[in-house]
Amino acid sequence: MYNFEFEKPSTIADAVSALGGEDAQALGGGQTLIPTLKQRLAAPSTLVSLGGIPDMQGVCIEDDGSVAIGGATTHATVASEAASNYPALAALAGQIGDPAVRNRGTIGGSLANNDPAACYPAGALASGATIITNTRQIAADDFFEGMFTTALDEGEIITSVNFPVPQAASYQKFLQPASRFALVGVYLARFADGVRVAVTGASEDGVFRWSEAEEALNKEFRQDALTGLNINPANMIGDLHGSKEYRAHLVSVMTKRAIEACM
Amino acid sequence: MPKDSGIGASSKRREDVRFLTGAGNYTDDINVHGQAYVHFLRSDIAHGRIKSIDTSAAEGMPGVVKVFTGKDFEGVGGMPCGWEVTDKHGAPMQEPPHPILAQGKVRHVGDPIAAVVADSLEQARDAAEVIDLDIEELPAVMNMKAAAQDGSTLVHDDLKNNICYDWQLGETDDAKVDEVFANAAHVTTLDLVNNRLVANPMEPRVAVGEYKRGTDEYTLFTTSQNPHVIRLLMCAFVLGLPEHKVCVVAPDVGGGFGTKIFHYAEEAFCTFAAKACNRPVKWTSSRSEAFMSDAHGRDHVSKIELALDADNNFIGLRTNTYANLGAYLSTFSSSVPTWLHGTLMAGNYKTPVIQVNVKAMFTNTVPVDAYRGAGRPEATYQLERVVDKAARELGVDPIALRRQNFVTQFPYDTPVALTYDTGDYNGTMDKLEAAADLAGFAARRAQSEANGKLRGLGVNCYIEACGIAPSNIVGMLGARAGLYDAATVRVNATGSISVMVGAHSHGQGHETAFPQVVADMIGIDESMVEIVHGDTSKIPFGMGTYGSRSLAVCGSAMVKATEKVIEKAKRIAAHLLEASEADIELKDGQFSVAGTDKSVAWGDVTLTAYVPHNYPLEVEPGLEETAFYDPANFTFPAGAYACEVEVDPETGQVTIEAFTAADDFGNIVNPMIVDGQVHGGIGQGIGQALLENCAYDENGQLLSASFMDYAMPRADDVPFYGVDHSSQTPCTHNPLGVKGCGEAGAIGSPPAVVNAVLDALNSGGKAVDHIDMPVSPSRVWAAMNS
Repeated sequence: MYNFEFEKPSTIADAVSALGGEDAQALGGGQTLIPTLKQRLAAPSTLVSLGGIPDMQGVCIEDDGSVAIGGATTHATVASEAASNYPALAALAGQIGDPAVRNRGTIGGSLANNDPAACYPAGALASGATIITNTRQIAADDFFEGMFTTALDEGEIITSVNFPVPQAASYQKFLQPASRFALVGVYLARFADGVRVAVTGASEDGVFRWSEAEEALNKEFRQDALTGLNINPANMIGDLHGSKEYRAHLVSVMTKRAIEACM
Repeated sequence: MPKDSGIGASSKRREDVRFLTGAGNYTDDINVHGQAYVHFLRSDIAHGRIKSIDTSAAEGMPGVVKVFTGKDFEGVGGMPCGWEVTDKHGAPMQEPPHPILAQGKVRHVGDPIAAVVADSLEQARDAAEVIDLDIEELPAVMNMKAAAQDGSTLVHDDLKNNICYDWQLGETDDAKVDEVFANAAHVTTLDLVNNRLVANPMEPRVAVGEYKRGTDEYTLFTTSQNPHVIRLLMCAFVLGLPEHKVCVVAPDVGGGFGTKIFHYAEEAFCTFAAKACNRPVKWTSSRSEAFMSDAHGRDHVSKIELALDADNNFIGLRTNTYANLGAYLSTFSSSVPTWLHGTLMAGNYKTPVIQVNVKAMFTNTVPVDAYRGAGRPEATYQLERVVDKAARELGVDPIALRRQNFVTQFPYDTPVALTYDTGDYNGTMDKLEAAADLAGFAARRAQSEANGKLRGLGVNCYIEACGIAPSNIVGMLGARAGLYDAATVRVNATGSISVMVGAHSHGQGHETAFPQVVADMIGIDESMVEIVHGDTSKIPFGMGTYGSRSLAVCGSAMVKATEKVIEKAKRIAAHLLEASEADIELKDGQFSVAGTDKSVAWGDVTLTAYVPHNYPLEVEPGLEETAFYDPANFTFPAGAYACEVEVDPETGQVTIEAFTAADDFGNIVNPMIVDGQVHGGIGQGIGQALLENCAYDENGQLLSASFMDYAMPRADDVPFYGVDHSSQTPCTHNPLGVKGCGEAGAIGSPPAVVNAVLDALNSGGKAVDHIDMPVSPSRVWAAMNS
């Protein structure tokens, strides 16, 4: 990797200030960024670690029952600490990567990177989460703007994420055999006021909501409700690991499995 | 009763203590005072003509010692190929030059263009970024069949075409083969691909070159399976150095699987550059570099046809294979699709007429060479897939069809140049049927179906030829090396023994198994015997480890040397006991006079050999013997494998529910190590069958260039294996009666997995004939829905 300066501030304000420098780059758990640096595909002047800020750590339960997760909280922490209040989200966190990844990678890093095959974007979008930054609150529906693209501004930090807890939810992940990212992952959340279905891994446009499935399930929450509904393969990812048609098919299969898990 | 020491005991692997406690000494652990680091600038295009390389800016970068390009190597040889194949018209193969650094053209993604030596690796990388390259991109030659057509773009401009050789084995009369097929009651035909693989040993390749100006001596530390072979090739063919001034050391090596047999350009470079820079030069491959510079494996496209008579006897077999050699000839690449592949096409069957045709192709891809099994998996896969397809077409039991056609009389001369010395294929199949509980399969299938899954059973046989030999025969077939091995047994004064062996251990457990043999022969504790390997300055000239040859060939040399030691020790003992040498017996480390209670201990005799006060004057002092062993024939391990899979009909996901191997390895020295070798081989075979796929796009870009896209088998991809090696027909021509076990699992398992998947799909009403490996969920789903 190229040389860079390293800073590890202990407050959000100091982090924001450090990120104001030219070509400064925020570092969460580094599970994407560090390999990128090692391949010399990025050359930040300064890496600003968000791992030393107590205000961005941990899982807590808000008065309204929602689950708030600090932006620098690791997947392993979410897997254990959210398990009783939001088990489906904890299960998602517990399936990311391997133990080494889960003990380093963070929710804020995953959401800010918005890898089209990452798990957290599906969880956040289906849950109708609110992404809270140092300057504002962004609804998940407005946050994800396509592959590796989000509504975050330059230097903006995800300080926490607030998840409303649905009545039932399930994340069904079909593994890409090599990376074990989601070849297709479907997160289904059933709230009192409706069902939300978010799909990761499948689309050229990154995570998306399958609105036809949501409408059908709002009328009738059972597997058969999806009969006749098909994802258009045209916008799906086709690669070494699965054709567009296969991914479109898997979206249906994984959604049905999520419905069954929520019954 | 299992033995607790010596031959047949499951002695624990002594080397694992250092491997598992972080005390191993791998090549990257070796740092020589004052060393510089080299970074190779590699081509990022598959095919291009080098118009200019300007290194002047790089030379001025901080820390840079020297920048090398192809021009610096115009005075030395290229990387050699160790086997000259003669084509079916009697012409030698086309053998293009393989420079250390590219000259004129780049021919694959990863082809080294320039090398920067600097004080630190990061400085070398910084400097490489400012090398100014002008390369005219040329169309990439990727498709083997298209590459064979007249008018194809040439990988090597000086060759007449892209065909390295057009080779044939077996029946040379095409009309006779045609007649067999014309008269057949049934013909089964199958087109298949044996997928390209990347070996990916856990330890990437490393080379450290050192030159001592005072003595004009070189040392190369390298990740090799055969240090003497590397020294010979590098000295004689590449750099023109005197062998006695060069030492090659391969210390602990973290897995080889074939890919560390070969002499690589980086090894020659570091040796050369150490003198040119007057500093030690170190290279450590990154994983990304390994994907595009380690020799790949397999990559055959084949059509196989099997002819059967009305009674389902195999009467003819014909294959046509395109074998990808990549952009250059790697060290043993030419032998893999020919003498290690065509010769195995008889399999376990007495098919009377066989014709094997192989076109070996140059393409703009990484060179392809031996990978665990090397040619034999490609042969086995074709044969066992076509037999399985024939059984399905004929509606007969696939095991019965195999049994009906087994070779049962030994020795057996195949129509493809081999003589099987021994075997018991029905006996081994009996062991498999019992060990895998094939009688209970129907009930297990019913249980799977109740759970919404399709269950399939795949069974196949394999035979392999190991311990490639004898040297005079392989020489006639084109080998440019001998294939003997060597061992020196050095008995120390106090009775402990160092055995210097030509074989190299990089996971095989030689350090445990070899001492078991010597200790058993003398009757002393295994802990008194130690193996020394991997350093040309310490060991006799042996040929190293590949082709499951170590125990069968080097072990035989060790037995011969130990026999010489014992013979001499008996002469000394006879003197001490004042008896006739003919009356001396050795048992449990005691020399005794037959029929008396007079004896002398091993340690007393060895001490006498080195303190020869009371000593037979006609015997030389000391107790050290060397033996070279050149086998009389190949060895022929064989076996039968069974795989049970479940297929998820909704997703096409395949899971391996059971895998059982019944192998005949002849006699066995350490059953636990043999189990482990079979486990590892099956793991790699399952990897090939279900997961691994080295894929290029049409422009020659490597799509599976990292573990993000190249799927290695993980622990949860494989089941607990059932391994049975109680079927034992000892090899008839080596002193231990051993055959070799290192590659069997990788050879025998891929067809079992694919046969099982197809059985599952057909049981579920999906008439699918074939799916190419890797049998990924996506491919299974596509086949089910086509």
